[in-house]
Amino acid sequence: MSRKLRRWISWLVALTALLMGISLLSLSIGAVQIPFRKTMFLLLQKIFLWRIFPLESSPASVILFRIRVPRLILGIVVGASLSSAGVIFQGMFRNPLVEPYTLGVSGGAAVAVCLAIMGGLSHLIPLAGFVGAIAAVILVYFIASSGGRLAIPTLLLTGVIVSFFSSSLIMLLMSLSKTEELHGIMFWIMGNLQETDLTLTLVVSIALLAGIFLALLFVRDLNALSLGEEEAVHLGIEVEKVKKILFLLASFLTGLSVSVSGIIGFVGLMIPHFVRGLISPDHRILLPASALFGATFLVGADLVARTVASPQELPVGVITGIAGGIIFVCIIRRRKMEFKW
Amino acid sequence: MHHQKKEDGVQVVKMKDEILLEMEDLWSGYQRKDVLKGVSLKIKKGEFLGLIGPNGSGKTTLLRSMSKILTPRRGKVLYRGKDIAKISAKKLAQRIAVVPQLSVFTFSFTVEDFVLLGRIPYLPRFYLERKEDYLAAEEAMRLTKTLSFRERRINELSEGEKQRVVIARSLAQNPELLLLDEPAAHLDIRYQLEVFNLLRQLNQEKGITIVLVSHDLNLASQYASRLVLVNGGKIFSEGRPSEVITEENIQKVYKVRVRITQDEEGNPVVNIDHRAICLG
Repeated sequence: MSRKLRRWISWLVALTALLMGISLLSLSIGAVQIPFRKTMFLLLQKIFLWRIFPLESSPASVILFRIRVPRLILGIVVGASLSSAGVIFQGMFRNPLVEPYTLGVSGGAAVAVCLAIMGGLSHLIPLAGFVGAIAAVILVYFIASSGGRLAIPTLLLTGVIVSFFSSSLIMLLMSLSKTEELHGIMFWIMGNLQETDLTLTLVVSIALLAGIFLALLFVRDLNALSLGEEEAVHLGIEVEKVKKILFLLASFLTGLSVSVSGIIGFVGLMIPHFVRGLISPDHRILLPASALFGATFLVGADLVARTVASPQELPVGVITGIAGGIIFVCIIRRRKMEFKW
Repeated sequence: MHHQKKEDGVQVVKMKDEILLEMEDLWSGYQRKDVLKGVSLKIKKGEFLGLIGPNGSGKTTLLRSMSKILTPRRGKVLYRGKDIAKISAKKLAQRIAVVPQLSVFTFSFTVEDFVLLGRIPYLPRFYLERKEDYLAAEEAMRLTKTLSFRERRINELSEGEKQRVVIARSLAQNPELLLLDEPAAHLDIRYQLEVFNLLRQLNQEKGITIVLVSHDLNLASQYASRLVLVNGGKIFSEGRPSEVITEENIQKVYKVRVRITQDEEGNPVVNIDHRAICLG
């Protein structure tokens, strides 16, 4: 086994352990404290022994399996998806400032969610978000592509313009909405992981995981693309095809995440930078490591959001922004990863 | 295949008349504007071909057509008799490697990892490099004298070192044909010579066919076994350097009146100094 492979595997093991640690922590801490040993016991019972000993319907078990576990799963897949989308976009655009929301996906989702809330269709928020996101992606794609080719600078510019356009639309809608609608819109835009529909959580989680695994098939192509499009052609990559697949895949990951959790900022921008500086710019490790790290970061941020002002719950998007910003500035100040991206 | 024997053109051609790349009546360009207007050219295995010509004459367009970046509007590019449009990008990348004029290093790979990217055409979708890939990368770094800083990050290197690393990456592709677009344009004279000497070594010792776009007429004529002078999207003149670099050709194509002398090996030397006269 090569030294590089050993190093990569160590990182993946360490990050997985970190994610599991923070997950267990977030399952036992909350408005109702469930002792750590009880959490472990209930989990093991649920996983291995549920056929033999039916689960007691104690308050602890209800809180754990009806609220915290679904929320944890959502945090993991959304964190992982946003980070993966960030890695893909930054890699294919070769631009350090690109993040999953740059291409207008979040803007489209937000406009649709505003309309749903104002139309009294609050129960359809996830669907509206997803439809809005996909509409934005399709719009950007068709404006930016010409003659079957997707020019990267045009794509980027179109995305930014669609984002600005939808921000203005959101402002307009907010200025027209009633106070309680406004509150709902604000809450959604700030991002949260409080999806209560268990089936929806499950379906979205499976779809997002599938998307991440699909993205893992393109790490070699991302390495080539990060050298430039022509260089990628010279290295034998079918660039036009791969670009379209990656664009759609990253947009799908972003759009679906946004539809269930609102706009959780900074994860998709910061985590890839962080992992690139910490481990390697090689996408074969960058993508899986960023997914694990993003999941850990979002679960941790959600834990803070739930507990720091308890019983009041803060929007997790606010925490990721504040915490992420501070951490990132500290790292840059320590000059450990100066322009190492 | 020694360079002193260049005078003996007939013999050299006989030794290498296996044709690697062939263009016939090639028209190509961007959007609706054709840059190449009917280029026919045969490149033989083992050649060191220099493409020269004024700015905008179509040298780079010709090079980009050879590497499948541009699709010709008319005509074909044949690699060993097969239309490159019908060869998969991956297969082609195992035969033809390209060194761009300027590389942008967005991500800070280490030198070794960067050179290993040249093995992408040989790697299955999710595989790590195998032993043979490391060996190929190491050989490429040895040839380009970049082994000593294999652990350093590429954007910490000097321009000359960077260009050698880029050439190493293209060599890791194990190409039969190497296309270079002014690989030494922004290097100082020492690094220019290093790059050209390296190319000569690759050509003579490894038998790699080289096609090089250059603005430096003197370097091109000293190193290339054949020159192609491109003007207005057409081939204006081709042949041994002494046949192509003539006062008459330079005056017609570049609109400059220069004195041309000869070095000891009989290669033409263009004297670009204040006595040269720019014509209307």
